[in-house]
Order: sequence, then C-alpha cells, then structure tokens
Amino acid sequence: MNSPIRRTALVASILFLALLVNVSIVQLWRQGSLSADDRNRRVLDAEFAQNRGAILAGDTQIATTTPIKDRFRYQRSYPQGSLYATVTGWYAYDFGRSGLEAKYSTELAGTASSQTVDRLVDLFTGATPVGATIQTTINAKLQQVATQQLGTKKGAVVAIDPTTGAILAMVSTPTYDPNKLATHDLAAARSAWTTLNADPGKPLSDRSTREIYPPGSTFKLVTAAAALENGMTPDTLVNTPSQLTLPNSSSVLGNESNCGNTQQTMDQALQLSCNTAFANLGATLGAEKIRAQAEKFGFDSTPMTDVNAAKSQFPAKLDAAQTMLSAIGQYDVAASPLQMAMVAAAICNNGVLKTPYLVSEVRSADLRVLYRHGPDGKPTMSTASAQALQQMMVNVVQKGTGTKAQLPGVVVGGKTGTAQTDPTKNPYAWFVSFAKNPDIAVAVFIEDANVERNDIAGGALAGPIAKAVIQASR
Amino acid sequence: MSATAVSTGDAVVHRRRPVIGLLLLVLAQVIGAAGYVLTHLDIDGRLPSGWPVVFLAWFGVGLATYVLVRWRLPHADPVLLPATFLLVGVGLGMIHRIDLIAEPARHDAETQFVWLLLGIVTAVALVFLVKDYRLLRRFPYVLFLAGLVLLLLPLSPLGVELNGSRIWIRLLGYSFQPAEVAKLVLSLAFAGYLADTKDVLAMAGPRVLGFTLPRARDLGPIAVMWVASLLVLIYQKDLGTSMLFFGLFVAMVYVATGRGSWVVLGALLFAAGGWFAYQKFAYVGVRVSSWLHPFSDYDKNYQVIQAQFGFAYGGLLGRGWGLGRPGLTPLAKSDFITAAIGEELGIVGLVAVILVYGIIVARGLRTALSCTQPFGKLLSAGLSLVFALQVFAIIGGVTRLLPLTGLTTPFMSQGGSSMVANWLVVAVMLVVSNDARRPAVVRESEADVASLSADATQVISVPQLRRSAPRTAATPSAVEEEQGAPSAQTVVVPEDEMEATAPFRLPDAPPNPSQPPQQSQRFQPEEGQ
Repeated sequence: MNSPIRRTALVASILFLALLVNVSIVQLWRQGSLSADDRNRRVLDAEFAQNRGAILAGDTQIATTTPIKDRFRYQRSYPQGSLYATVTGWYAYDFGRSGLEAKYSTELAGTASSQTVDRLVDLFTGATPVGATIQTTINAKLQQVATQQLGTKKGAVVAIDPTTGAILAMVSTPTYDPNKLATHDLAAARSAWTTLNADPGKPLSDRSTREIYPPGSTFKLVTAAAALENGMTPDTLVNTPSQLTLPNSSSVLGNESNCGNTQQTMDQALQLSCNTAFANLGATLGAEKIRAQAEKFGFDSTPMTDVNAAKSQFPAKLDAAQTMLSAIGQYDVAASPLQMAMVAAAICNNGVLKTPYLVSEVRSADLRVLYRHGPDGKPTMSTASAQALQQMMVNVVQKGTGTKAQLPGVVVGGKTGTAQTDPTKNPYAWFVSFAKNPDIAVAVFIEDANVERNDIAGGALAGPIAKAVIQASR
Repeated sequence: MSATAVSTGDAVVHRRRPVIGLLLLVLAQVIGAAGYVLTHLDIDGRLPSGWPVVFLAWFGVGLATYVLVRWRLPHADPVLLPATFLLVGVGLGMIHRIDLIAEPARHDAETQFVWLLLGIVTAVALVFLVKDYRLLRRFPYVLFLAGLVLLLLPLSPLGVELNGSRIWIRLLGYSFQPAEVAKLVLSLAFAGYLADTKDVLAMAGPRVLGFTLPRARDLGPIAVMWVASLLVLIYQKDLGTSMLFFGLFVAMVYVATGRGSWVVLGALLFAAGGWFAYQKFAYVGVRVSSWLHPFSDYDKNYQVIQAQFGFAYGGLLGRGWGLGRPGLTPLAKSDFITAAIGEELGIVGLVAVILVYGIIVARGLRTALSCTQPFGKLLSAGLSLVFALQVFAIIGGVTRLLPLTGLTTPFMSQGGSSMVANWLVVAVMLVVSNDARRPAVVRESEADVASLSADATQVISVPQLRRSAPRTAATPSAVEEEQGAPSAQTVVVPEDEMEATAPFRLPDAPPNPSQPPQQSQRFQPEEGQ
C-alpha cells in the first residue's frame, strides 16, 4: 500500500507547489498593475497618508503638508487656497486630484521612479519619506492682481513670459478653496464637493487652460499672421463692405464698428476689428493657410502638459462660408485663454513660440534637482511679420478698439474680441495683449460679460484687467 | 528523518523527541504571540494592559495540551502539535488584529480562543477515550451514511446560503459547516470499508487496454460518492467541497488498491459531472468567469479583487502586523484570512503558512507509510489528503488559482465547527502516529537477530508466532515497507492476519489471549539513539 501512498504524496506536493507558484505570480507579475489600479484604495490611502512635498510660487508655499494626529497623519493644506486653486488643483480623499496635484502626484508623494534612491535611503535610515518640492513659475504679485481684477466676474487670466514660456499668472474665477476638499473630515469634504459641483458658476472648471471658448475677433491675429506670412503687408488693401453675404448662403455678415463700405488696409481693419475685411482675407488665404498658421501657434495640439491643458481647435473641412467665419474666430473655432496668450507671446517674441510651462523645477527633500525645465522654442512666423504684427497690435491700443489698455511709457499691443454662441446669453469678452521691456503676454477672458456685443465694449471690460496685470509686472 | 536504525540496520525505531517537540511547540506559540505583540506595538505603540493574562492563557493551553498528549501518546509525532499551534496562533493573532479595526474593537479573537479550548478539549478527550483507534473501523457503513447525511445536510431546510454557497447549516443560533465533520467521518468510513474490501477491489475485474477495470458490483460506492459530489456541486454550489470529498474517496480507493484505473475513472466521472454542471447551471459559468476575469465586474467580484489588492499591497515581505488594510477585504477573518496574512506578512509569510500546512500533510502521510495496519494507513493517508485538498481549495481560491469556494482555512479562519473538527482530525492523526511510531515488539535478543540475518544459509525455525521471524530481503512486503515498518512483524504475514493478532496493543489494553506473555514486553528506546 506504500507506493500508492508515495504517489499520492507526490500529488499533494504538486498541489502545494501550485499554491506556492501561484502566490509568487501574484507578487511578481500582477503587483504592478494591481497597485496602479485606481480602485485600489490601499494604494490611494497610503499615498494620502504621505508627507507630500510643497508647491511653491516664488518663495511662497501655495500647497504644503502639516502633521496631524489622525489616521492619515499628514494634512494637505493650501495657505492661500482660493488664490492658487487653478495652479495647485485639489488633493481630496474621495474626489481624486487635479492641477499640479494630479500631474506631479508621484513626485509630490515621493514615489516617482526618479526618487527610488531617496526611498531606499529612507528605508534604511528609518526616516519618514518626504515628497519632492514643485517650484512653479507663478509670480505671486501678478496672480494676486489678476484675481483682484477679475473680482466677481466669471473668467480667466493667463500671463506668460514670452521669452521663456513661463506662466506668470493663471487665474480662473470663480475660484474655490481646495482646503475644503482636502480636509480629512470626509463628510465635510463630501458636502463641499456637492456644493461646488452644484454651483452654477462652475468653480471647479479651470477656465484658464482646460476650457475652450470661441475666441471671436482675437483670432484675427492668427488670420493677420497668416496674411503677413503669405506676402501681404499691414498696408495691403482689403475689401471691406459694410455687409457681406456669405457664399452659398443667405447669411449676411456685418461689422460692429465703423469700417466704411470700401476698402481698409489690414492695419486699419485690425484696429477697427472689421469682420468683412478679415472674412475676405480668410477667403483669399483659404482654410489651409489659416489652419497651418493656427497650428504653428499651438491649435489642435496640447499646448502645455503640466496641467493637461485643453487642445484649442481650428475646424477641419471648411467650405467657403465656414472659412470666412473661421477667419474672424467664429463658427467652430475655439481656444483657451492660455492658447490666446501663446499667440500674443509668439508675436511679442518676434515670432518664436516658447512652449508654456508651469513647473520650472522639481527638487527632492535634500534639494537635489530631479527635473528642471529646459529652453525650447519654435518659429511661428518670420521676425519681419512678427514685428509688423506687433506694430499693428500697438496701433489697436493706441487708436483702435483697445485704448482702455493704454499704459503711459509702456509699449502695449493688444486685440479685443467678443463672441456669442447663444443669443440669449451674454457674450464672451476677450483681450489679448503684450507689453515690451520686460516682455509679457496677457490674455484676459470674461465668460459672462454683461455688455452689448461689440469689440469696443469687450475691450472696455477686459482691457483694463490686462493693463493692470501688465502694470504689476513692471 | 525522525527514525533511526538500531544496530543491525533492520529495526526502525522512531525517536520520541519529547524535548524537541516541546521546543518546537514553544517556538510555534512564540510566533503567534509575536503577532499579538507586534500588532499592538505597530498600532498603539505599546502593549495592552492585559498582555500577561493573554500570554498565560496562550502558553498555558499549549503546555497543557502538550503534557496531556505526551502523557497519553508518548510516541506520537512530535511535529504535528507544534505545526497546529503555529497555524492557530497566527490565525488568532490575525483575527485579533482585524478586531482592532472596528471602533470600538471587536472581541472575535476571544470567542475564537474559546472555540480553540473546546477543540483542544474534544481532541484530548478523543485521545483519552479511544483506547484503540481500530475500534473506529467497525462501523464503516453507519459512518458512511452519517457522513453523507452531514455532507448533504445544508440542502435540508436547516441549510443557509452564504456568499453564494449553501454549505452551512444554522442550528440553535449557531452556524456550522457540516462538511468539516463529514471529512473526518467519511475518512473513517472509507478507511474501514477499504481495509475490508481492498483486495477484492484490487484483484477482480476485467482488463481493458492495460487497465484492470473494477467490477460492476464494486462500483456502487464510487457511484454513490459521485452522485453525492455532484449534488454538492450543483445544489450547494461549491466546487471546493465537491472536489474535496470526491477527491478523498478516489484517492483512498487508489491508496487501498494501488490501481490507477480508479483514478482515471474518478477523474473522468468528475470531469463529466463538472462539464455537465457548467453547461446546465448558469452559476458555474459565473463562478468560472469571476475566477478568470474578476476585474470585468468590480462590484460582484469585490472580495476577490480586494484580496488581490491586498496581496499586491503586502508585496514580498508584507506591510507588517497591524500596518496593512486587511479590513478592506470582506470576510478577512474567515474565508479570506490568508489574504490578510498575505497583506501583512507578505508573500513570504503566506508561503511559510502554506509550508506549515504542507508539513502537517507530510507528517500525516509519513504516519500512513510507517503504520502497519491497513486501516491506520488508509485513515492517516485519507485525513492527510483531505486536509491537503481543503488547503489547496481555499488558498487556491483566495489566490485565484481555482474558482473560489466557501471552505474554511483549517485552524486559522474564524469559526467554531471548523476549529473543533480540525482538532479532531489532528487528534486521530496523533493517535495513529503514536501507534505507528511505537517501537516494535521486542525481539528475543539483539545479537540473535543480527547473526541470523547475516547468515544467509541458516535455516530458521519460525516460532509459533510467525511475526517474530527475522526479516529476509527476498520478502516482497519487506521491500515495499522499507524502513517504515519494524522488520520483526512484516515478514510473511499478510497485514490483515497480522492485525488480527494485534501485536500493537496499547499499554493499558486488555491482554490478548492469543499473545504469548513474552511478546508483551516492549522495546524501549532511549532518547538520543
């Protein structure tokens, strides 16, 4: 009877071996994907309980972590929460995270692959691991001024240093206090979340980089750039009828300011924001050339990875009428305030577009630099065209629709815009501008401009905000 | 490993190893106690005020069990008890650790400790009351019937469906898993039945394609077990329980007859039944898909997914006692206690636990090998195998090697019926091992045996009791038994016949009239030989 017992013993050992091999497979093979699963509360909680690194604007801590006596041990807090909410985003237990908190989560938590060595050192020295510090490019003063200027208006301001691409201010209003979502009082966080989501002002939407809107007349800068790049000059005369019937359509396009009924130079057409002139320019250039120029400025691609910025769009497959409407920023053209600031920045920087960025440096707890933003840049148009366009924009501020942005002793160029998607709603007001020495590009967007629908009114509303931001940067 | 040959190389004497047994027990208990201490240090940073009482109770129970078992069964396997206490200790520690998650802390570990006491008392009572375990052989059919009734009891109105399986009954406010008791009862029944009929089963039957097929009339029991297993599979919806009992039966028939045809037949029958159930009953398909693709339905397979997250979180070395999140896995104290072990003690800890189960199975099979009684062999082998199958089914289910079953994790998972039943299994294993490891009946003299076996041409006059004849290498049974059986009894005499003469009488059993007085002397080896 013993040899069958031995054989069954062999079978039993095979069963046990199968168990051992299987548990090893769980460890070796599946651990990575299981830990990365966003339903894995163990991993999420462990990360929530980490001593997350700070986020800095200049020397100001805009997100920090303090020890607390509860099960998570560390509380994430935002000293000027609502001021920097657009930059930091939130870090909540039940509602995930956004902004830099989302994009740089592993670095902040200290779990990024670049921090492996630090983790090993911490493991052996018994030190509590501390996450990396994120240094942003945000200028505290500009951020403050832009927020104050927007006040209770729904809108956004984006300010860029055209020579580097550094984001100096990034504001979306109405804003929110991320502390209310980060609290360990999970019931309070839940109620804050419910309130914020129910708010008609949509405070959790990032209007500055993650929403796209019809850019209206500010898109004429792109059309003008395409025209200059295709052999025209600021003095080229463009047919500017007071009314223009769109091809194969009964729609009639008119002007909102006094552009006459004959011809205008391109320079004057931009100053007065003549719709019919730019519609005709668009028809002359064709959709492909405008799209090519728009894409050089960053349309149809992700402009900035630091916050998962939205792609601005220039529509594909346009007929003649749609091309004319698109040339003046209507139809399906849509852009984020960040995108329009990039257009102004590229023009200001003599045609060279620097990729915008929000994080200049990531430093480990021992101040080792884990990441540093490197210089880049790509041409969008020739220096001559850019300088011609700069002058055209300066003229807009000097004697056109943008006079509200004039700043004595400072070279300021700009372009106004209004756009309306729904006749029952208030129009969007835009002001896209730059100033020289030191260079800065500012895009102002107001979602709910309670003014009549014309560029002068839009410029009157958004222009002073841009002016204040430019002044604050001096 | 625990056996050593004396002088001639023929006689095998199992060392009793009382000191090693005690040291192993203390070591095993320290592991459980360490779990308790580390849990509190990791969670609160200090020991709870009642720790001396806990230590006293825990080590006191271990020591008392050791003394009682040792006293009654001096030759019993020295490893079984420590291995069992190790599992019990880690299980209790983990249940206590999960108790602490709730606010306020629960007291399930204390209840479980009471069940442990009851299990030990039952086991010790069995050790003391069953003077000769072969008595258990007498009623195979009654036990068989009782086992089947227990197995199918959850299908009666007493049964309740828990977590998709109907393998529990509810009686007087308590839940029981009757299969836990059934595995002991049916092992006894099969061992008794097969010890009687193994020769018939092995010899008779037509030969087809190199297999000696069983006779139709011998197929009755296997058919009954097959039908019972299918009933369990289909109506109790538990693959593990079904596999456990059918596997037990087929394995024991194989051990008894040594004929592979029974295994082939059993495997085919089980595969056919399983395929039929897969085709006919939707829930089987659901179970299979939960097993292969749990992430396709997060909510339904929440438990298995949480266990997987737990294993991943624990990693190789685990988070440490009290530092994981076992509370996120539902039923972490009972069905999924191995998931909690994997999370806090790591894959390394879980592997260690699986190996300790392996040690218990190995010791049981070792006892089966060295036991000279067909009944004892079958019983020990059967209990070891059913234990192995149970561990395989539940740990395999939790780690996604197999579809999940509702079986308990022996000695670790929370629950009284399982604790008591498994202590009874260990008690029977201890009793059989005590008998198997007891030194052989003393030979007339050490020197005689040596000279006789050395002289190949010597004609030996066999005394009236043939079992005292020296072993000759030519005897087939002696070759087969190897060191497992003391040589003095295994020669010539068929095992059944030998058993009838009962050379392994328990010390306080009534004297066998057929036994000459000189045979009652026992060879007492000294420790350290």
